[in-house]
Parts: sequence; C-alpha cells; structure tokens
Amino acid sequence: MSLDSKIPPGPLAQKWDKHRFDLKLVNPANKRKFDIIVVGSGLAGASAAASLAELGYKVRCFCFQDSPRRAHSIAAQGGINAAKNYANDGDSVYRLFYDTIKGGDFRAREANVYRLAQVSSNIIDQCVAQGVPFAREYGGLLTNRSFGGAQVSRTFYARGQTGQQLLLGAYQALSRQIGLGTVEMHPRTEMLDLVVIDGHAKGIVVRDLVSGEISSHAADAVVLATGGYSNVFFLSTNAKGCNVTATWRAWKKGALFANPCYTQIHPTCIPVSGEHQSKLTLMSESLRNDGRVWVPKRKEDCQKPPASIPEADRDYYLERKYPSFGNLAPRDISSRAAKETCDDGRGVGPGGRGVYLDFADAIKRLGESMIRDRYGNLFDIYEKITNENAYKVPMRIYPAVHYSMGGTWVDYNLMSTLPGLFVIGEANFSDHGANRLGASALMQGLADGYFVLPYTIGDYFVSAKQAKPSANHPEFKKAEENIRQFAARLLSVKGRRTATSFHRELGKLLWEKCGMARNEAGLTEALKRIPELREEFWKNVAVTGGNGELNQALEYAGRVADFMEFAELLCLDALHRRESCGGHFREEFQTAEGEAKRDDENFAYVAAWEYQGAGKAPVMRKEPLVYEEAHMSTRSYK
Amino acid sequence: MNLTLKVWRQKNPRAAGGFETYEAKGVTPEMSFLEMLDVVNEELIAGGRDPIAFDSDCREGICGMCSLVINGIPHGGQPGTTTCELHLRHFHDGQTITVEPWRAKAFPVVRDLITNRSAFDRIIQAGGFVSVNTGGTPDGNAIPVPKTTADRAMDAAACIGCGACVAVCKNASAMLFVAAKVSHLNLLPQGKAEKDRRALNMVKQMDHEGFGNCTVTGSCEAVCPKEISLSFIAKMNRDYGVATLKGQ
Ligand SMILES: Cc1cc2nc3c(=O)[nH]c(=O)nc-3n(C[C@H](O)[C@H](O)[C@H](O)COP(=O)(O)OP(=O)(O)OC[C@H]3O[C@@H](n4cnc5c(N)ncnc54)[C@H](O)[C@@H]3O)c2cc1C
Ligand code: FES
Repeated sequence: MSLDSKIPPGPLAQKWDKHRFDLKLVNPANKRKFDIIVVGSGLAGASAAASLAELGYKVRCFCFQDSPRRAHSIAAQGGINAAKNYANDGDSVYRLFYDTIKGGDFRAREANVYRLAQVSSNIIDQCVAQGVPFAREYGGLLTNRSFGGAQVSRTFYARGQTGQQLLLGAYQALSRQIGLGTVEMHPRTEMLDLVVIDGHAKGIVVRDLVSGEISSHAADAVVLATGGYSNVFFLSTNAKGCNVTATWRAWKKGALFANPCYTQIHPTCIPVSGEHQSKLTLMSESLRNDGRVWVPKRKEDCQKPPASIPEADRDYYLERKYPSFGNLAPRDISSRAAKETCDDGRGVGPGGRGVYLDFADAIKRLGESMIRDRYGNLFDIYEKITNENAYKVPMRIYPAVHYSMGGTWVDYNLMSTLPGLFVIGEANFSDHGANRLGASALMQGLADGYFVLPYTIGDYFVSAKQAKPSANHPEFKKAEENIRQFAARLLSVKGRRTATSFHRELGKLLWEKCGMARNEAGLTEALKRIPELREEFWKNVAVTGGNGELNQALEYAGRVADFMEFAELLCLDALHRRESCGGHFREEFQTAEGEAKRDDENFAYVAAWEYQGAGKAPVMRKEPLVYEEAHMSTRSYK
Repeated sequence: MNLTLKVWRQKNPRAAGGFETYEAKGVTPEMSFLEMLDVVNEELIAGGRDPIAFDSDCREGICGMCSLVINGIPHGGQPGTTTCELHLRHFHDGQTITVEPWRAKAFPVVRDLITNRSAFDRIIQAGGFVSVNTGGTPDGNAIPVPKTTADRAMDAAACIGCGACVAVCKNASAMLFVAAKVSHLNLLPQGKAEKDRRALNMVKQMDHEGFGNCTVTGSCEAVCPKEISLSFIAKMNRDYGVATLKGQ
C-alpha cells in the first residue's frame, strides 16, 4: 500500500482555497440522502456532528458518557490559539504555522498545519457567536495570554475552563440539531467494531452500555472523533474513560496507525501521591506565564521548606537553560529538564519527584487578587488535592502523560487509508508532528470538525459513488458475532487479577521504558514483556457479571485488552525511530548538552503501521515529509 | 484508616434496591473518595462479586459525571467540591459513611449509584443554545461585551450539569441548572435575539420532565460544586415573566 497524502498542488498559502474550489459538492437537496456516523462528542465530534447536520446530512452521533457534554475535551483548561493578532504583537497565520511546525520538531505535514493556522481565526468567531464567554478587557474586546513555544500572545481563554466553554458551545450547537431531529444521539453507547464492505467503511457495531445489547449501524461514511490513547500509560491527565479501542479496532480493519510513539508528557502536573492513584491532574501550562520553575541548587536543601531557601541557592533551571523562552519553553523540553533535575537528586516533595512552580514574584508584582482572577480555579484544584495553599507555598509539579500526537493516519481530507472512514481531533495523527504546542489541540479539534471535514466529506460521497449500505449485510452480522465472542471470552477467564491491576502494570512498564526518555535496551525489554503480560491477562483476568447488563468491569476489561496490544505497536514505533524528536527522546541520540538530536536524513517521514493479521508483525509504510516553505532547522529555544 | 460503607445497590431500574455494607480497609487520607471506592471494587472483582457501579470520568471536577450522595449530601458537603475531588482527609478513621445515588423522579436509577440524567440534555435541546450555524459569523471583536457582563455570564456558564441541585432539593427542582444556562446566554449580546423563546422553551421542557417547583430554599446553591448563585434564578424568573407578558 502506498500512502497518498492528497496534498493539493500550488503555493502553500493557496492550497486550501484552491482545494475547496476543486472539491466536488453535494447539492443541498441531496445531502439528506447521506447518512453519517460520528463516533465521539468531544470538540471534534460535537463540532463535526452539528456542522454536518446543519448542512443537511443525516447524522448519528455516539459517545460512551451519559451525555455528549461530558467528553474529555471538557477538562481542557488553558486556552485555544488563533492567529488573530489582536495583541498587535506580530502574530500572523504564517507565524502560527511556523511555530506549530517548529514546535512539532519538523515532523508534521506542512500543508495541514498551514490550513490549521488559516482557519484558526474562524474558530474564535464561531465560538464567540455561540456565546462562549471568553475572557475580555474592560473595553469589551477579547484578551489573550501566552502559551509555551510562542513569543506572541495568541491564546484565547475562559478562565481556567476553556475546554469546558468551547465544548459547551459545540454541545449546544449539537443539542440544537438533536432538538431539530437532524442528529440522533446515542449516549452510553460504545463502538466496538468498524464494518468494511468492498474496501469502504460502511458502519459500526456498538454495545449499549446500559442494556448490553449489541447492534449494527450502517452509514455512507464513518467519522471517528474518539480522542487520544494516553491512558495506555494507566496514569495520565486524561479522563478515566479515554481509550484506544475505536481507532485500534479500525486499525485491525485496515486503517493505518501513524507515529504511535509520539506521546506528550506535560511538564506541570500534580505529582503522584501513592499506589492508589487513579489518574493525574494537570496544572495548566498557562500557569507558566506567571509561575517560575525552580529546584534547590544543592541536594541537601531539597527537604527544607522552600521559603527558607535564599534566592542565591535556587536554580531557576528553565530560565537558566533557555533564556529567550524561559519558563515558557515547550512541553517536551520542560518535561525533560524536570526529569533531569530530579534524576540528579534535586527533586522536591515525597520521593523527590517534583519541582517548584512558584508564584511569589508574580504575587508581589501583580497582587494576589490578580493571580486569583487569572488562575483561581487551578489554585483551588491544587489545594483540594494536595491540601496546600499555593498562594503561600510554591506548587509542586512533575511531568505526566498528557496527549497523543500519533493516531490514525489521514490524508489532507482527513480520510484514513480506508475510504469512507474519516478521523478527526486527537484521534488522528495529523497536525502536531512529534510535539504539540499548548492550546493547539482545541484549535485542531474544532478546525477539523467545524471547518475542514464538512467540506471534504462531500467530495468523498460524490467521487466514491457507493451503494447505500444495509445493517443486514453479513459483514455486520459477522462483526456482531465477533464482539459477542470477545465479551464471552473475557467473562469466561474467571481469573484472580483485576483489569486495573494489569493496566497499572502495563502503564508502569511503558512509563519506565517508553516514557520521557527511551533507549534500545529498554524498548526491547518492553517488547518482550508486553506479550507475556497480555498472555497472563487472557489467562488470569477477573471480569464479573454478564454481557446483557450494565457492566463496568466488562467495558473496562475490553479497553485494557486493546491497550495490551496497542502498547506493543507504540514500543515498536519508538524502537524503529532511531532519532530524538519532540516527545520522542531516544537517549542514544542527543547532543553534548543533552538536547534532542533529530535525523532528517533518515527519519523525515511519517511512520504509518499496517495490520497484517493476528500474531503477524505489522508493516511500516512511509509518508515522506517534504518541506516547501519551512526550513528544517534545529529547534532551539535558547 | 478504615471506613465502613453503607452503599445503595440496585441491579436495574425495575429491581428493588437496598443498602449493603462494605469495609474499606487500610485506605489513606490522600486518597480521593472515588479511589477508595476503586479499592473496594478491586476487592469485589477479585473475589468474583459485582463491583459497585458508579459514574466518573474526568476526576477533576469538571465533567459533571460523578454523582454520589455521601452521608445525605450530594457530593459530600465540602464547599465547591465534586465527589471526585473529595479526599478522605475529610473523614476520620472508623467512620461509617452512607453512599447513595441522586434521588429524583426525573433522574431514575440505572444501576447502583448511576442515574439517568438525560432530562438535562433535553432541556438544553429545547433552547439552551444560540441559533447560529457554522460559518459566516462576524469577527470575534465585532461584538464587544463589557468585562463585567462576560464575567457574570461565565459565572453562570461554569455549571457542570451534574444535577446535585436537583438531588438536594426537597422538590427535586431543576431551577438552578436551567437558570444558569438561561442566564449565561441571555446575559450576552449574542443570546439576546432568542432571549424570550429560550426562557419559555427551557422552562416548559423542565416542567415536562417532571422536575418539581422551586420554593427558593437555597439548598441547591449550597451544594453546587461550582457555587452557581441563586441570583440567576431571580434573573430567569424575570426573563420568563417578561417573555410570558410579551407572549400574551
Ligand atoms: C487536563 C487536560 C487539559 C488540556 N488543556 C488543553 C488546553 O488548554 N488547550 C488545548 O488546546 N488542549 C488541551 N488539552 C488537550 C485537549 O483537551 C484534547 O486533545 C481534546 O479535547 C481532544 O478532543 P477530541 O474531540 O479529539 O476527543 P475527546 O474530547 O477525548 O472526545 C472523545 C469522544 O469520543 C467518545 N468515544 C471514544 N471512544 C469511543 C467508543 N469506542 N465508542 C463511542 N464513543 C467513544 C467519547 O465518549 C468522547 O465523546 C488538554 C487535555 C487534558 C487532558
Ligand atoms: S468525575 Fe468529572 S466531575 Fe467528577
């Protein structure tokens, strides 16, 4: 299989305009003849489902939460980027494009990123019109803050609840369509398989999470907006329910999976407090606008109260190492720097796995009430979890798994290698290369859903000229049967070890061998251990109850089973990529100062993995990355 | 620390439910309440018994999924705190804790501690939006909004739709939830065009779903994890009154 990215010809700045003109259109009266399934109701899914329904398509939308409003996107805190240049500080579409390409360590597709920067402005307009209460100046105009990896202020926000407000905007647009009868919503329903007929995606098989009923849904196109896979690490900042099942099962049906090793570790999370920990909590990157990161210069000082350590004995290591970006150095770099200081024995807090994020200077400069206004809810969350008042003592933070840049491979039209299967939002691999900049995921999810997919999907309908599928097709029955057997198999093991315990062990293994720093020996070891763990899982997992009822143990065990397989692909990809780039840091490939050493000669490509059948090694396909506009420089934030 | 839990178990909406007792042994004050339930469930599953079904997802107080009545109080009674943000340091060793689902006619129990809150979604579908399609919207700065108005709209928009307001209310009224959404949108210039319709349609749907009447006892505000102010109910009543008058 060769990968055709379908990047339109012509100058970068004109590609999207030209492409929109070239895309075939479905006439308005014909749109209602097309059924579209959207799996996921986060920013990507809700915005897509609403927009497609507004255009006249018949949409069915699925999510596993009890309401579309509760998708993981709701938890995004800090903000959303857009090249509005409202701050008059030199921003432009080109600068946002360039920052994103550079931030992604030159491993993203240029044409997609440029388009993302182009539509970013429309997103803000759209959200404002929906009533998203973005932060404003006294004059009534929108205000901005700065985020990592950028030297301009282009991040729009709604207190510390930007994701919530953007998602509610999209949810409300979706609700309006549900009310109008143009979208049929299926909450508490989990997609468990993709159905492919004659090489085209034709529908899905789902399990009703309340009744346990398995059913088939046919459509002219399927859109996956199912989010990221960070929870393969067990502990991450993602919501508990986030999983890889939808894209993983699509992978097994032929949709290539790209760059699984590109995972983002966020530098500012609340440190782990013990074995019982069920998830980690992010402290938004926006805090680094005003907080200063430091550790004591001397190991002996690490257990002393922070206030007792004089300025001269503190190491503001980000400001020292990266003077021009300082505390706003990008995530991958800041995370690694935190790990290095802790590995060096200068970490603070229990177990020495933490660094300070200190607001004392900002409070002195701006006053406590200003800081409260900007970050009040984050300080509250911090206090609830740690029982510490960060207005008085510095926060303790440590990196945690946060986001997955890898995902289902898609072309410029956001279509996967399976015709009729589109993948949007965090679930695809598209725009962030090897590292995502802060406030860019919300931008990408909404760009895909509001402004890209609604154009490109019509072209597929017109060009593919497919017959109307039926849920009675034998392929659907076969998929349903497979799902029933899968559940029966899980229930029949009747082992002694819970799915959580397996998941925790898998996560620990990945965190150690394929986390912030990776090397050949560690990855080889993980690749040996994962199949063993998987074998044990299928021999000894304990899953209670039955299939025909609400059964959280069963739901979860199914997701863990997929993580057990997916983890292997993640490590395989990490092992094959013998270079360091963005979130993928291979210890063998670093400069004398410990910075990532990219190998453009040999690795300037997207690695897209193709399933070959159970028990067979997947095959890697390459999409070469060609930069017409951006110069592949060494990424420096010094 | 060790805790004794009296937990509501109910197999499905039709089954009769009842309390069962569980011991949570060797838990620690840093643990969250839900992590403690995780520990109990781990033991149940390993022993081949059905775990306690409960909803949660974000576990950081923003998705509105978690929904437990703890010792008679929705979300457990810590100010501005959801169930998932509640930590065991607020309990003491040896304590007995009752854990129940939201109780309201409009929120039927699905299983154990899980309820069906889809009535909230239908209220939003009835009018909790601004009717704009994707595309063709004016520049974000073309609609100035005074900071105080934007801030107040944000105060209302902070609602996470968990339903604690309904669960605590002796009438099972959804007024705080509905008022928060009506106020968020009606306060903003973008929402003005549909101000009247929104108030009328959302209130109509609320009544239709079987929520009770509001007698302004204020218990909803007290348990609201986002501390949504009762004053929004007054605002909605005004908007509703105006809309009704106009309609006549
Ligand atoms: C704590 C936190 C803070 C963040 N802050 C920011 C920020 O400030 N700025 C920024 O740009 N980004 C931020 N991010 C990243 C950003 O929030 C996510 O990348 C983004 O919201 C993902 O949106 P999505 O629509 O792709 O997926 P999600 O929001 O994850 O939605 C996935 C949807 O798919 C459904 N689903 C999944 N699998 C199935 C299945 N098998 N069957 C049925 N339904 C399924 C789910 O129910 C859900 O509706 C943050 C992330 C975290 C964790
Ligand atoms: S689990 Fe999301 S608010 Fe509690």
